[in-house]
Amino acid sequence: MNPSLLLPAPILLPLVGAALTLLAHRHLAAQRTIAISVLTASLGVTVALLATVVRGGAVAAQAGGWEAPMGITLAADRFGALMAVIAVVMLLAVLVYAIGQLDPDVEELFFHPLYLVLAAGVSAAFLTGDLFNLFVAFEILLIASYVLLTLGAGRGQIRHGMTYVVINLVASTLFVVGVAYVYAATGSVNMADLAGRIGDLPPAIREALGLLFLVTFGIKAGLFPLYFWLPDSYPAAPPAVTAVFAGLLTKVGIYAIIRTQTLLFASDGPSTLLLFVAGATMLVGVLGAVSQGEIRRILSFHIVSQVGYMILGLGLFTVAGVAGAILYVVHHIVVKTTLFCVGGAVEQAYGTGRLASLGGVARRTPLLAGLFGIAALSLAGLPPFSGFVAKLSLTEAGLASGRWLVVAVGLLVSALTLFSMTKIWAGAFWGRPSATVAGDGVAARVAVPLPMLAATVALVALSLAIAVFAGPLWDFSQSAASELLDPSGYVRAVMGP
Amino acid sequence: MTAVLAVGVGVLFAVGTYLLLQRTLTRIVLGIGLLGHGTNLLLLLVGGAAGVPPVIGAGAPSEMADPMPQALALTAIVISFGVTAFLLALAWRSWSTGGHDDVEHGVAEGAEAPAEVGR
Repeated sequence: MNPSLLLPAPILLPLVGAALTLLAHRHLAAQRTIAISVLTASLGVTVALLATVVRGGAVAAQAGGWEAPMGITLAADRFGALMAVIAVVMLLAVLVYAIGQLDPDVEELFFHPLYLVLAAGVSAAFLTGDLFNLFVAFEILLIASYVLLTLGAGRGQIRHGMTYVVINLVASTLFVVGVAYVYAATGSVNMADLAGRIGDLPPAIREALGLLFLVTFGIKAGLFPLYFWLPDSYPAAPPAVTAVFAGLLTKVGIYAIIRTQTLLFASDGPSTLLLFVAGATMLVGVLGAVSQGEIRRILSFHIVSQVGYMILGLGLFTVAGVAGAILYVVHHIVVKTTLFCVGGAVEQAYGTGRLASLGGVARRTPLLAGLFGIAALSLAGLPPFSGFVAKLSLTEAGLASGRWLVVAVGLLVSALTLFSMTKIWAGAFWGRPSATVAGDGVAARVAVPLPMLAATVALVALSLAIAVFAGPLWDFSQSAASELLDPSGYVRAVMGP
Repeated sequence: MTAVLAVGVGVLFAVGTYLLLQRTLTRIVLGIGLLGHGTNLLLLLVGGAAGVPPVIGAGAPSEMADPMPQALALTAIVISFGVTAFLLALAWRSWSTGGHDDVEHGVAEGAEAPAEVGR
């Protein structure tokens, strides 16, 4: 199909859907139907886009027919298209989960329009070929996320939401400053155009710009030392909202880091700065997780720790390393969303996520325990689950580049991850049912709504599929990584031959 | 003129950063606003010297002002307008539920259950 139709569709469809759901305000059934069908259509389009990219290499579309670098460019290579597909799959799964989880009163508070705007922003971030439009995409998804985070406007949500909003606004300001400096230095904001021009700049200016963007996206991705807002704000949102934030939002930051650091500020060899940041992020995140006592707070710290692995792969700047990072991103998005879905389901059923009050959940709801067990082992990287494949490829890539120190940190962090997953397992799922779990009033509530369970089961199945199809996925990641490290195909698709 | 604008950007950033570090949300909102103005001024500044309007027939192309940064600044202004409105609503909500608009400290780590779970 024509890329000039395929590329804008995943952005336009959810936006149209958002407008329709606004019109259908107060008709929940209609809103749900619209949201699900729009995202299903988006899924079809992104899969078609991925197929096109795999068959013929990177594609680009110029919105309004203005040629690059003047016009608004949309572009997709393997990495971008893959991220777009995974994002829509997650959005669809969490939407089903949310329909089961959210109180209809909260859901009616513009949940569906906001969620679809978020979807449009995420797709736009993955498919844009223009630095300034990346900023716009970030703003679209962030503004939707501000409102989703404070949905219902409880007191705690307002306090935690405030931190999230203010820190993201600071990052956005830095982003615009970065774009302004890039324009001042090169006279362009089109990423493919910049790929050629930035190389001509004096090294000092180039490094300063690269660092500015690394800080900007580092805040959004939750990198050390800029991660502190994340574990503070994420657990305050309704569980369904946290699940989609955890899976997607920090990964949009990671995508932006990988895109800018490979296309614009590529390094010749391993970047010691990135590897240091990676190691520190992994370690600080997992230590934070170990010290927490509440399911979704533990999981939030793990987001920070896991992001470190992706930066580790990027920091090596080899095909194997970047391919490992891509594989890790895919695995992480699925598994992290699953874990938050299970954590949210436990909270929904028993009214709390605190390990001190929970206990013996496995006896009351064995299915939840089983789902959590698979996802937790996968997160820790035990064979034969998807995390093992991802961590193995990163470890091999790290050793091949001779960076054994950061690899050792990664393995240590894996062990600590397993430890803190065991803590959740022992605290919440194992043992005799505690008063909260077995109490008289609980029996009526224990039934977890069917949509929540169905979505969670589907996500676990997807993570198992990643492990089963690890071979083809690894090949795909490698070709995606070679495209990232040698972006001539991407540049040609955007700028013309 | 460029030097004056550059100093203006610096002053806006300094004052904005100072206000951002305050405890009251209203001051933080003002700080964000000033930072936004600073970035918009910076965008304008990187477009180079002023010139004739970039419209065909208004003058020689070599004398035209660069329209690109102005388009970017316009977009940034619209976005910061919306976000500021949201922040003010948040500050108002914080004031009406808590009686103040200070950014509160978190409760001791680990002891805190997430306050409200939407259900």
